[in-house]
Amino acid sequence: MKRKTVATVATHAAAVVVAIACLAPLAWTLLASVSPQSDIVARPARWWPSEFFLDRYAAILLDADSSVGASFRAAFMNSIVVGTSTVVISMVVGILGAYAFSRLRFPFRRTTLMIFLATYMLPQVALLIPLYLILSSLGLLDTTLGLILVDCALVVPFTLWILSNYFATIPADLEEAARIDGTTRLGALFRVILPSARPGIFAAMMFAFLLAWDEFMYALIFTSTDNAKTLPVAIAEFAGRYTTDFGLVAAGGLIASIPPVVIALVFQRHVVSGLAAGAVKG
Amino acid sequence: MAVATATKSTGNRIARPRRNGLERQGRLAFWLLLPAFLAVFGVIVYPMFRTLLISLFEVKSAVATVTPFVGLDNYIQALSSSGFWSAMGRTLYFTLMSTSIELVVGLVIAWLLNARIRGRWLLRAIVVLPWALPTIVNAAMWKGIYNAQYGALNGLLSQVGLIDQYQTWLSDPFTALNFLIVADAWKTTPLVAFFLLAGLTAIPHELYEAARVDRAGWFRTFRSVTLPLLAPSIALVLVLRTVEAVKVFDIVYAMTRGGPANGTQTISYYTYVTAFSEQNYGLGSAISYLIVIVIIALSALYLRLLRRSEMSLL
Repeated sequence: MKRKTVATVATHAAAVVVAIACLAPLAWTLLASVSPQSDIVARPARWWPSEFFLDRYAAILLDADSSVGASFRAAFMNSIVVGTSTVVISMVVGILGAYAFSRLRFPFRRTTLMIFLATYMLPQVALLIPLYLILSSLGLLDTTLGLILVDCALVVPFTLWILSNYFATIPADLEEAARIDGTTRLGALFRVILPSARPGIFAAMMFAFLLAWDEFMYALIFTSTDNAKTLPVAIAEFAGRYTTDFGLVAAGGLIASIPPVVIALVFQRHVVSGLAAGAVKG
Repeated sequence: MAVATATKSTGNRIARPRRNGLERQGRLAFWLLLPAFLAVFGVIVYPMFRTLLISLFEVKSAVATVTPFVGLDNYIQALSSSGFWSAMGRTLYFTLMSTSIELVVGLVIAWLLNARIRGRWLLRAIVVLPWALPTIVNAAMWKGIYNAQYGALNGLLSQVGLIDQYQTWLSDPFTALNFLIVADAWKTTPLVAFFLLAGLTAIPHELYEAARVDRAGWFRTFRSVTLPLLAPSIALVLVLRTVEAVKVFDIVYAMTRGGPANGTQTISYYTYVTAFSEQNYGLGSAISYLIVIVIIALSALYLRLLRRSEMSLL
């Protein structure tokens, strides 16, 4: 009994340490973003702001004259467009492909899937030069459409993989029953498989959105103006230009983190069950 | 007897359409996979082929008109330059360190998230935060934490009394590389933890019951039940994280730009500098193919592990 109590206390203590390790850097950044510059550079370090200073948020979000704010807001919109489009396209493409991999019998099924997954091993830096030439010849440089195209190719192998694994765990009987009733294969996909694959779909969506929102290298090389520049590029520029104004970089970075953080918090319940399908032998 | 004939005759009736069915399935699979094929091959496989061609030519400017065929010269030049080897060495160090930290800490976190503790839902929500933070924001945040004038690390260490003066942490090449690893591991360990947690939840409860009946201790249970059954997840996470670590670029760009004194110049960053700052596209393409070879070699190593642990990707 006593040994058990010690173990319980140790477990909870470890949980608290993990929580602090995750939260402390974020908390410091959040506090810096609302501290006056004099507090940020104060020595000894001030951990709590002397006053809550919200001018940076106002400049980024509201100020119509601030060039920093204008390009940040443009980048935010571009990221929303690129992120949501990439998720929608790569989910549709992934669902169709995953149905083929998990339900249909065709030659080289496993090999085809392995080739799709293996593209993930290729470094993006190896693709920059030819993709630049291709996008330039299509007139898609510095456009969100061009970015959506290249981002989808990064995300599709992931959605294919998570969804194929998940679909494979859904009993085929359900679908066969529907097909005996006269439903087509695609009808069964939409009416039977998709509703019961919800955890897998949510996990795949979360991965797709985080990957697309995070994508940096393509956006860095293929965009140049507010027309298509995404948040990671805008933040990197910010951080390069305002090295002394950490509060501004922190404020911009935290605003840029809101969409992925909200999505991760909402969908995280499904991630474990969505991924568990791949963890056990399917 | 009657039943037997009946099944036999239905068996015959199904046999013919079935061959057709297989052909139909193949055709349907082709159409269903076409969009994925177009996306991945148009944007990855075909460009990769063009990179291979470029790597065989001397292309030293974006608008170069004279691009002589040089065969394997670019590869030889890369392999005989010290810059390439030190970048490769740093990348392998980065990969080894970050994947080991992520695996060990990730395992502990996964175990905590699976344990019976109060407020487990809250811990899960907290642990997901670093993972959701965009890489560039993470880099900017840690650059701030390490900063020599106002960084939290200096503030904390000097208040605790561990340092007398604020340090410029990112001015020493090797220290900078290690600090980069910490920043990267902070963000990616939760991802590893969630993958391992998925594996943990798939282990049947009866096995733990059996271990308890056998009076197996904590360590014995971990070694004989948890670890073997978690091996597929561990192998999977190792492949994913190794591939990512060998390709690492974003955090280097945003935190150190490869400095100081090239101390954090990883191989992807080195390729980027060669191709874009020095405009040596041929050489840059050759180096990127050398990266592919390293990734394939490491993955093949892990895939052997995967096969041994009877992991199947589908």
